[in-house]
Amino acid sequence: MFDLTGRTALVTGATGGIGGAIAQALHAQGATVAISGTRREVLDGFAARLGERAHVLPCNLSSKDDVEALVPAAEAAMGQVDILVANAGITRDNLFVQLRDEDWDDVIAVNLTATFRLARAATKLMMRKRFGRIIAITSIVGVTGNPGQGNYTASKAGIIGLIKTLGAEYAKRGVTANCIAPGFIKTPMTDALNDKQREAILAKVPAARLGTPEDIAAAAVYLASNEGGYVTGQTIHVNGGMAMI
Amino acid sequence: MSEIGERVKKIVVEHLGVEPEKVVDSASFIDDLGADSLDTVELVMAFEEEFGCEIPDDAAETILTVGDATKFLEKNAKS
Repeated sequence: MFDLTGRTALVTGATGGIGGAIAQALHAQGATVAISGTRREVLDGFAARLGERAHVLPCNLSSKDDVEALVPAAEAAMGQVDILVANAGITRDNLFVQLRDEDWDDVIAVNLTATFRLARAATKLMMRKRFGRIIAITSIVGVTGNPGQGNYTASKAGIIGLIKTLGAEYAKRGVTANCIAPGFIKTPMTDALNDKQREAILAKVPAARLGTPEDIAAAAVYLASNEGGYVTGQTIHVNGGMAMI
Repeated sequence: MSEIGERVKKIVVEHLGVEPEKVVDSASFIDDLGADSLDTVELVMAFEEEFGCEIPDDAAETILTVGDATKFLEKNAKS
């Protein structure tokens, strides 16, 4: 089950904890992967570890030109884009009344607008082939809200709506679109929390541990697979029971 | 029917899964051939691929029938 041999996947934010784990898992299931991010050296090192079937495509998702070039570059490198994992995201946290316009604009541009542009370009390729998997990484806070993250939560909630529409429009063409909403996952971002913050978070997680990037990657493999083909427009919450939606 | 007309007809038959005899110049993609709006977008993409030309959105909006497509492509086809 979940064999991805012969499939091609573009993963954004592949230098991050979650994006890296997703790219690695898709690759381990047999997919050819194009890994994207802003840090070229990190991507090169990652591709070298993956070995065959790995392509490096640096991209700055806050640049419209970069974003529009990414899917065509992935198609040129791999011949097709069967799976798009729109994972890259940024935060610019601040209390709502103190959120600056540029904090809002930057987060919406990278998290939501780039996801829209990438998904639009990828869907055009996928509908022709009558197969495609769009997987967007949203967040538990896009559903629950979170103090200090008005911009981030709006961008993540926006992704959920976008994905539902995509799912509805292209289901007949064999293209599915789904979100994965991680809860608290062990990444460099959460490593920065102090013990007290960590304890407060864990008190809300029935599983009593932080999630791992591999927990998220397993959901991505499922959604990318042939076996996941009847699932579309959904948000899969991978959060140790922290929110049951 | 022109050579371009024949190629247009073949694409329409393949994409919409309709009987070839229904694909006449006056046939409207949506009203006569059962296409939905997404089908028409796909047809335009297929025409672009087959004939090696770009069909801008404002031109695509005027291509409502098989004959409209043939007429546009007879003027603009590159391959």
